[in-house]
Amino acid sequence: MYAYDELDRTLINERVSEFRDQVKRRLSGELTEDEFKILRLQNGVYLQLHAYMFRVAIPYGTLSSKQLRRLAHVARRYDRGYGHFTTRQNIQFNWIKLAELPDALADLAEVGIHAMQTSGNNMRNVTSDQWAGVAPGEIEDPRIWSEIIRQHTTLHPEFSFLPRKFKIAITAAEHDRAAIKIHDIGLRLHKNADGETGFEVLVGGGLGRTPFIAKTIKPFVSGRDILSYIEAILRVYNQYGRRDNIYKARIKILVHELGIEKFAKEVDEEWKAMGDVGLTLDHTAIEEVRSRFSYPAYEKLPHMPDELKQAAHDKLFERWRKNSVSAHKVQGYSIVTLSLKPVGGPPGDASAEQMDAVADLADKYSFGEIRVGHEQNLALPHVAKRDLPVLFKALDRLGLATPNVNLVTDIIACPGLDYCSLANARSIPIAQELTRRFANHDTADLIGRLHINISGCINACGHHHVGHIGILGVEKNGEEFYQITIGGRADENAQLGTLIGPAVPYAEVADVIEDIVEAYLALRDRPEELFVDTVKRLGVEPIRERVYATR
Amino acid sequence: MPLVKQGRLTTDLFVHVADGAELPGDGAVLVTAERFLTDPEALLRRAGKVGVIWPNNRNLDDLVPHLGRLASVALVFPTFRDGRAYSQARLLRERYGYDGELRATGQILRDQFVFMTRAGFDAFEVKKDADADAFAQTMKRYSVFYQPTGDGRVTALNRRMQLRHSESAGQ
Repeated sequence: MYAYDELDRTLINERVSEFRDQVKRRLSGELTEDEFKILRLQNGVYLQLHAYMFRVAIPYGTLSSKQLRRLAHVARRYDRGYGHFTTRQNIQFNWIKLAELPDALADLAEVGIHAMQTSGNNMRNVTSDQWAGVAPGEIEDPRIWSEIIRQHTTLHPEFSFLPRKFKIAITAAEHDRAAIKIHDIGLRLHKNADGETGFEVLVGGGLGRTPFIAKTIKPFVSGRDILSYIEAILRVYNQYGRRDNIYKARIKILVHELGIEKFAKEVDEEWKAMGDVGLTLDHTAIEEVRSRFSYPAYEKLPHMPDELKQAAHDKLFERWRKNSVSAHKVQGYSIVTLSLKPVGGPPGDASAEQMDAVADLADKYSFGEIRVGHEQNLALPHVAKRDLPVLFKALDRLGLATPNVNLVTDIIACPGLDYCSLANARSIPIAQELTRRFANHDTADLIGRLHINISGCINACGHHHVGHIGILGVEKNGEEFYQITIGGRADENAQLGTLIGPAVPYAEVADVIEDIVEAYLALRDRPEELFVDTVKRLGVEPIRERVYATR
Repeated sequence: MPLVKQGRLTTDLFVHVADGAELPGDGAVLVTAERFLTDPEALLRRAGKVGVIWPNNRNLDDLVPHLGRLASVALVFPTFRDGRAYSQARLLRERYGYDGELRATGQILRDQFVFMTRAGFDAFEVKKDADADAFAQTMKRYSVFYQPTGDGRVTALNRRMQLRHSESAGQ
């Protein structure tokens, strides 16, 4: 965990008082709604269909138990008793009153949580691998770099009014859980031939109306130069990114229009011209940030404790363990994913009671630490294996042990038309219906890894383009229709899905998805071949034929 | 429109002269980039200071050779959500060493004062009187800064390292 010092605390308190002044000026009429809009967006406040929505940052997906309890408090005190975890390591509250927002922010600031730049045309919350620091085989803990970049991008005097939003994600593991290839800047930590740690820098990824997979702009930038290199990218973007059309304003369009070589050349020229502007990170500076991270005092524990052996006869436990428990870099410990995708529930929602209970469990079994992943699930990152059976029972009672992590019912979905003023169609009820269709966990196990992503409009908050199955809500003559793509993925082999056929009406979506899954089961060459690999091997056509033959 | 300069409400000595309008015989004038570049020498020869209003979508290369003789450069925020002039300001101050008046014009609200000052602006044509009056107060909003810029404010990281250094020196 990163521990705020006096300076970090002072800054977020100063931001709270600034926002308090802005709300006061809005309520008194001194600020027009037009002016206030930009200011509230800079602090995570959207106007939704029914009320203001408030998005709070969980930088690189790390929370302490104390922080999670405070989020529960905000849900209870200022909202309707729940929160929604998003695909970018944020939590959203849907029913906040404007006049109470400054107080909610002040309550959060006390535990080092803020909502700075969780919306608006600025540098958004820096995201990373939810298993950072505990995943086996990691180059090094990417949270150190995430925090360095978080600080650098917070209230940046030059880049707070960019052409459009700007998202940075970092991974240090071979398997990319941070979806860096669909970010404006993706950073992959690796070592060069000399053993020096640095980054492969990718640029121009993003979904929305015009989806692009990020391209490599520089294969290696050393850690000491990463801030100046990011600064150079942003300076080029700030000056030349389009501002005439909101749909063409993301950096991906600039990269696309210039071509990656020309864009890279512009950035390189700017980078060289910058000279020494105090952005070089020497060893002491990096260690200064690193020293503010604390790590658990792990015990020396056996690989296979008795508790685990005894629990092996419990079928429910075993199913959950095989599904939701992952390898930890320290022997005797595990990473436990907590599914926020119960059958029939809205993906990513957690009640205040669940949040409080998870905080207690984290204190008891995970050194007080909780993680949030972009798949909208939580994780306890340091659970001793001997504690797994008792933890399972506790999670099961809370409805947080659905054994569906990475399976067909582990659906990513945006809030959709139930909440969002931009949406064309509902997302949540589609997800809920699908979780009911595939409620049998044995069937889901048989199907294997399959990511369904649902967006209620072209803005793609539900990442539909990169779902193994992607579902996009559109509006046709006042009715909700859904376009379905297959073969997308968001990991190190990121790819956009391919449209499988004509859009289908709301009532038929779940049937079509069932048919797609059945076609896959019939076509896969062995049980281990994942859905996405079958699509890659065969292409869309054989699946399309089977699904649309009778339609 | 109220002008805040070096932290205080000030009378604006510069007259904005529209393209095509006749130049006053003396006194300070602000002219557009286009007018200025048509005949810079003639403008700079006249009695009275000259400032240039530089659009936010124009490369600074044409301006740089004249910086030493300009009394003001005015950068433009057509709306406050358009942040291109922040980059121009930092380049003028930090790369090209411009040390004359750097003025922010357009839709300027109090909520940008800190950002603008950090980027190098020292004069502000403020939209609302209340915001201009609140300048000094607003500049006190923040005492912690994460990024190094040409304004010389010490960053959080440097303060931490200084603290560490003085702690270890005291042992």
